[in-house]
Amino acid sequence: MSATDSARREPPAPPPPPTGKRGGNPRPSEGKRAERRLAWMLCAPAALVMVAVTGWPIVYSVWLSLHRYDLRFPGDQEFVGLSNYAAVLGNSYWWTAFTVTVIITVVSVLIELVLGMLLAITMYRTLLARGLVRTVTLVPYGIVTVVAAFSWYYAWTPGTGYLAETFTPGAAPLTDRAASIAIIILAEVWKTTPFMALLLMAGLALVPDDLLRAAAMDGAGGWQRFVKVTVPVMKPAILVALLFRTLDAFRIFDNIFILTAGANDTSSVSMLTYNNLIRGLNLGIGSTMSVLIFLAVAVIAFVFVKLFGTAAPARGGDR
Amino acid sequence: MAEIVLDAVSKRYPDGALAVSEVNLTVDDGEFVILVGPSGCGKSTTLNMVAGLEDITSGELRIDGTRMNERAPKDRDIAMVFQSYALYPHMTVRENMAFPLRLAKVDDKVVRTKVEETAEVLDLVEHLDRRPANLSGGQRQRVAMGRAIVRSPKAFLMDEPLSNLDAKLRGQMRTALSRLQNRLATTTLYVTHDQTEAMTLGDRIVVLQAGIVQQIGAPQELYDQPANLFVAGFIGSPAMNFLPVTVEQNRLHTPIGEVPLSDRLRRRLTDADAPRDLIAGIRPEHFEDASLVEEHVREEGAVFTNTVEVLESLGSEKYAHFALEGEGARSQQLTDLASVTGSADVPTGGRSLLVTRMSAATEAREKQRMDIWFDPDRFQVFDPDSGRNLTLDT
Repeated sequence: MSATDSARREPPAPPPPPTGKRGGNPRPSEGKRAERRLAWMLCAPAALVMVAVTGWPIVYSVWLSLHRYDLRFPGDQEFVGLSNYAAVLGNSYWWTAFTVTVIITVVSVLIELVLGMLLAITMYRTLLARGLVRTVTLVPYGIVTVVAAFSWYYAWTPGTGYLAETFTPGAAPLTDRAASIAIIILAEVWKTTPFMALLLMAGLALVPDDLLRAAAMDGAGGWQRFVKVTVPVMKPAILVALLFRTLDAFRIFDNIFILTAGANDTSSVSMLTYNNLIRGLNLGIGSTMSVLIFLAVAVIAFVFVKLFGTAAPARGGDR
Repeated sequence: MAEIVLDAVSKRYPDGALAVSEVNLTVDDGEFVILVGPSGCGKSTTLNMVAGLEDITSGELRIDGTRMNERAPKDRDIAMVFQSYALYPHMTVRENMAFPLRLAKVDDKVVRTKVEETAEVLDLVEHLDRRPANLSGGQRQRVAMGRAIVRSPKAFLMDEPLSNLDAKLRGQMRTALSRLQNRLATTTLYVTHDQTEAMTLGDRIVVLQAGIVQQIGAPQELYDQPANLFVAGFIGSPAMNFLPVTVEQNRLHTPIGEVPLSDRLRRRLTDADAPRDLIAGIRPEHFEDASLVEEHVREEGAVFTNTVEVLESLGSEKYAHFALEGEGARSQQLTDLASVTGSADVPTGGRSLLVTRMSAATEAREKQRMDIWFDPDRFQVFDPDSGRNLTLDT
């Protein structure tokens, strides 16, 4: 016991990595400790940069969110505890934006998943002009979102836009709430489906050919092979793709900014935060909203990571 | 239960490569037929064509008299075991084995009984609720077998099912497989590159090389009566020795001495209108330490003297290796064989080598000269150009 204690108090003492075994660990050799010191030194710069550019801003916005702090009334700065949160969560604007964001997120990610899967299979199975097919598929992803959003904006503007002329002659879809949200979703889907397809294609490569051949021999048709073999085996990749896209979609900003600028109750939470924080100069309320977005994103990530735990087929729960 | 007929079946890939050329084969009901050959010889392609995983370019495949060329794999009612086992990683052993039955919409209760019966046969009962990732190689292999057996298909196709096991286990599984096949008596087409597996398992063996069937026959027939140099060199371990020989006035000049041509050989060579320069093949076990051969037997054979280069003792027998003077036998088929089996990469120092199998009682020592007895009537004589065996019993 005492030997262990003294070993724990040794001067170079970087916190010992978790070893799994408790007690009675012999003192690590000189080379081992030098290696550990080097590891800490190599990690330190990156860790410091991370703290500076992400850790501090997070802490600072939490601090701001606990204060009344409006740049139009700089003299009124005051610690108010959680009352900013009460104000935001008790406000219908926030909940409208939140609902819009959730609708856009859920609908666009689901559509992207289906289309992305079709694209991924097409790209994966294409034998002819494979490079060309893949390049063409990825073009939307290579276009700057704002640029794409502008072209959608003009396309749906009556008078100038061919889409507005074709589908809604005489109407202005971007002035209608439901139509606007549909167009925002369309722009999102068009833009990010290739990304989804790329991630899913990596997942398709995880499914060994032999497995599909075995399923064919076992009597499975094409659809059964897909549902009973391909999807379960590539489930981890599907979850990663969904996680990435959900987190991204929840923070949707640029498409809405260009297409409607949040008019007719089409703001997302990010849009609303921007309006309060940057346009309204209300640092307290704006920071509260960004902290809430941060929490929502954390919850989404947490749920997905929980799902991953049961997704990896190799780690069956029978050990 | 079914009879499988391949009628001039060929496979040509879109790039023009001919993988399988006009294979004619009838697998009788309940028969265990092995497709053997070096890698890339077209044996797996042939199996995949029977399975329906690859299209047949020309020719016809019939199972129980019905043309199968256009049927999807699932409509052929045959089960396949893969070298990688191809177990579904997200399913338990039970679900893996039940999978084909569930797809066939078999009643739940029946599925349960069948899976449990099969697990009983294959000794998998206590593993039924585990996942493939938590099984050993041998257990996975058995699950793959179970998945094939469970739905009592018309035929089994096996693509190198034992190749991923280690040597000892492979031997045991081979025996288990024989027992299983005897018990089920299901028509089986089995692909392997391992000639030992082919010899021990099959009722009949099909030797393939470069997409062409070299010979079809029972294991012993292939061993004793190889149709050509390729089969002679491929079947048997250690491989048959090949010597360049010339025929001169009823005598055979060989690197291990001049021997009289037996009546049988002479008749065959005359019938075949053989050229003078030939290749003679003789298996290692047809040699013996001359001092261990009884006098009257010795008289009937020939004896040569050489220095033992390497002596390998296997306990029950000893392999003595000798180096012979002069060039080795040359033939296109032998070159092909050496390149596909990899023996072209074994350094010989430009000499030709001779392997002999002696009884364990021999007192031969490395680097010492000894007398070796052999029976010249055991020679198989091949045409160097066509590779054909000229001494076949017809």
